[in-house]
Amino acid sequence: MNKHLLSIHDVTAEDIVRILDTAESFREVGTRVIKKVPALRGRTVVNLFYENSTRTRISFELAAKRLSADVINFTTSGTSVSKGESLKDTALTLQAMGADAIVIRHSSSGAPFTLTKWVKGSVLNAGDGTHEHPTQALLDLYTMRDRLGRLEGLRVAIVGDVLHSRVARSLSFALVKMGADVTLVGPPTLIPPDAPAWGVDVSYDIEGVLPKLDVCYMLRVQRERQRQQYFPSVREYARLFGLTRDRVGMLPEGTTIMHPGPMNRGVEIDSDVADLPQAVMEEQVTNGIAIRMALLYLLLGGAREEVGTDE
Amino acid sequence: MSDRYLFAGARVVDPASGRDDVADVLVADGVIAPLDTGVADAQVIDCTGLVLAPGLVDPHTHLREPGREDKETVETGCRAAALGGFTAVTPMANTDPVADNAAVIHEVLDLGLKAGLCDVFPVGAITKGLEGEAMAELGEMVEAGVRIFSDDGRTVPTARVLRNALTYVKAFEDVVIAEHCEDDALAEGGQMHEGYHSYSLGLVGKPRESEEVIVARDIAVARLTGGRLHLHHLSSAGSVEMVRRAKAEGLRVTAEVTPHHLVFTDEDLLTYDTNFKVNPPIRTAEDRDALRAGLLDGTIDVIGTDHAPHAVEEKEVEFDQAPPGTIGLETALAALLTHLVEPGSMSLGRAIEVLSTAPARLIGAADHGGPIEPGRPANLVVFDPSAEWVVEPPFASKSRNSAFRGKTLRGKVVHTMYQGELVVADGKAQR
Amino acid sequence: MTATARILDEAEIRRSVTRIAHEILEHNKGARDLVLVGIANRGDDLARRLAAEIERIEGATLPVGVLDITFYRDDIGMRAEAPEVHETRIGFDINGKTVILVDDVLYTGRTIRAALDALVDFGRPTAIQLAVLVDRGHRELPIRADYVGKNVPTRRDEDVRVALKETDGEDAVVVEEPAAKRDVPGGER
Repeated sequence: MNKHLLSIHDVTAEDIVRILDTAESFREVGTRVIKKVPALRGRTVVNLFYENSTRTRISFELAAKRLSADVINFTTSGTSVSKGESLKDTALTLQAMGADAIVIRHSSSGAPFTLTKWVKGSVLNAGDGTHEHPTQALLDLYTMRDRLGRLEGLRVAIVGDVLHSRVARSLSFALVKMGADVTLVGPPTLIPPDAPAWGVDVSYDIEGVLPKLDVCYMLRVQRERQRQQYFPSVREYARLFGLTRDRVGMLPEGTTIMHPGPMNRGVEIDSDVADLPQAVMEEQVTNGIAIRMALLYLLLGGAREEVGTDE
Repeated sequence: MSDRYLFAGARVVDPASGRDDVADVLVADGVIAPLDTGVADAQVIDCTGLVLAPGLVDPHTHLREPGREDKETVETGCRAAALGGFTAVTPMANTDPVADNAAVIHEVLDLGLKAGLCDVFPVGAITKGLEGEAMAELGEMVEAGVRIFSDDGRTVPTARVLRNALTYVKAFEDVVIAEHCEDDALAEGGQMHEGYHSYSLGLVGKPRESEEVIVARDIAVARLTGGRLHLHHLSSAGSVEMVRRAKAEGLRVTAEVTPHHLVFTDEDLLTYDTNFKVNPPIRTAEDRDALRAGLLDGTIDVIGTDHAPHAVEEKEVEFDQAPPGTIGLETALAALLTHLVEPGSMSLGRAIEVLSTAPARLIGAADHGGPIEPGRPANLVVFDPSAEWVVEPPFASKSRNSAFRGKTLRGKVVHTMYQGELVVADGKAQR
Repeated sequence: MTATARILDEAEIRRSVTRIAHEILEHNKGARDLVLVGIANRGDDLARRLAAEIERIEGATLPVGVLDITFYRDDIGMRAEAPEVHETRIGFDINGKTVILVDDVLYTGRTIRAALDALVDFGRPTAIQLAVLVDRGHRELPIRADYVGKNVPTRRDEDVRVALKETDGEDAVVVEEPAAKRDVPGGER
């Protein structure tokens, strides 16, 4: 495997199978009384979160701690990050502290790539701007494989603001890599015109797509986008593209409903739909810890270069 | 100067006179001298295997002084120019304060004279403060020596202001209005070319049309006024085609392209390297090929480096935070030699024409661009067309943001002569 | 090429398993509170064979678990890649039980040390006993087996390979003398 996980393009289909299989073992660890293994004892994992995201950060924090690694949280509030320190200076400080892995979430697309120039450890992208969110895609693949037994040939719709969604990009790339059939659904203003070149289909008609799905993946639609005039009103968006109770009835029986969270209940997904048993958002969260443990293990479990304090 | 130099055995490439032959060139008292006036006491410079050409002229440079001397000064920029084989540069007006009056123009001219490394032809702003509303005192600046006006960095926002400027300068001889063509509304927030890669990289893009709508508008206003219009740094195939048609129609439109737009494509941005973040953005291979074709068939008249220095800490940041721009004075010649002349797409003569002769004519720099004949000022460059080198700091420019950083190029300047003085000898600046 | 010597054939393996089963029952005075945990890979195949034998002899059905010790290895970070992980499934409570830990080959003792650390995270057994098919010597830690199929003195550069029908299609234990030196540290499997 590559030293860094910056994008889904950093892993091959074989790597993905290995990651999912390894995550299987880590999910088992999560069922034990003592949910901890000493595998990454003595390693230091830094969570560098420029964007507020309690859920993802906690997920990574738990993952690292369950591997017995030491965890440092560098978040925007109350640290030098908020005092205007540059990414480069922050990176050099972490490097001097001997970080083996840096998990970075940032609002600028490409920030993890830039970070790799200044640190010797592994860099894991926990979401950069509107570019990618590879660990989310992997935990979603894991959830799908777990429930449906396979990824190849799965019919998946990704519905919503694809244009601004890093989850949609990573997930599309990952599913195509594993041989699934992906259809992007949303208003034309929110789907990149070049998307078919990713190996996916595009549709502006959600009801035409629903009857032929194994997985319906809903993206969060920010109300901000209405202010930017990508669609005229939240009401119209929900009417044309929302997953309502009626629309759930159009899905084949047992279709899995997924969402990366946090949900805008009433916009992209109705409240009572979110609570249906086939909506597996909680499983996604649980699986997130196992996947992140697997990634940290695979990235840091190999021979390390001298990552210690700088001379 | 009383020094006499004999450049011996050089391949003299001089598009202004149509020459391309191996010969000796004698320089005495700052001008080209006839060979029969005595070569005995001249310093002989062996130019076997080297090319001698008129000194290069850059019609689009940013020297950052006054205001951002941390990125570049007139002196360091001119040194970079001289090392790149340039004997004349045209610093743009987007300094601080803006060069929208004679006082700032004089200041820049004086700085250039003091540096003594090459000629400096400051560009005047079209509008006061580059705000795009009120015309600056163009006449006063013409008196100070300005021949080209541009709000570069910005686009003149309304056709009315452009029309007035193009019409007004007809009162003066050979003055050009130049435009940076970008529609703010279509380009807003854009970090790179809008296309397959910008969507995959999660970066907002600037579509080709953000340049093309302004190119179309400006050509129409040029037609309306009959004025002389020059279009800076074209980046898209559509723009090239529009200029081609404008020229066929007989309009007085000229166009410029940068070396980096001739070499790179948007695929080079896949690693989020801010050295490739430029404005206008580097577009696709199709656009690059159309730009090359335009340069070859004369649709594009000149190379302009758009040398845009930025401080190291400004470029070593997240991609969307970095200011756009690449330096280019020290690599322009080598870039063309390596990527166009050597593979055979372009003749050496055409390369010298677009790097020297044509830009000299465009900006009215009579002492530059050749022809290399007795009596003409000795502004020359001597270079080794096959010398290989890797583009790495230290650079003469104060800044390090080069799109060619880390690349291997062929073609190195050996000597640069400015007004008869060797300002660069054996690849080293003498001042 | 490699020189190979067959140490145990199918019949001998069968007899070893039977004998070890008897010894376990004799030592523990029956099957009460016994559980079997095999170390992946092949240790779990052996554990299941032992459970079958004990069922045949004593009529008692013992729970069998499989334990992967990869996360407890002491050489994580020394190989180029993170070591591959296998399944762990211990679907029963080990508190107050006597755990019979089962592995195919006992060599340096590091795998067993890792297994002991792992087991302790699952609960607090009354006792842990170790059953191995082959003990090849060269202990690097103070670990010993309670039940041994066969003691096979070996040189350090030799390889002991255990093949079991469940995993490899045949039953055999061979000692190989490698022609080229391999640089895999530990790896007594």
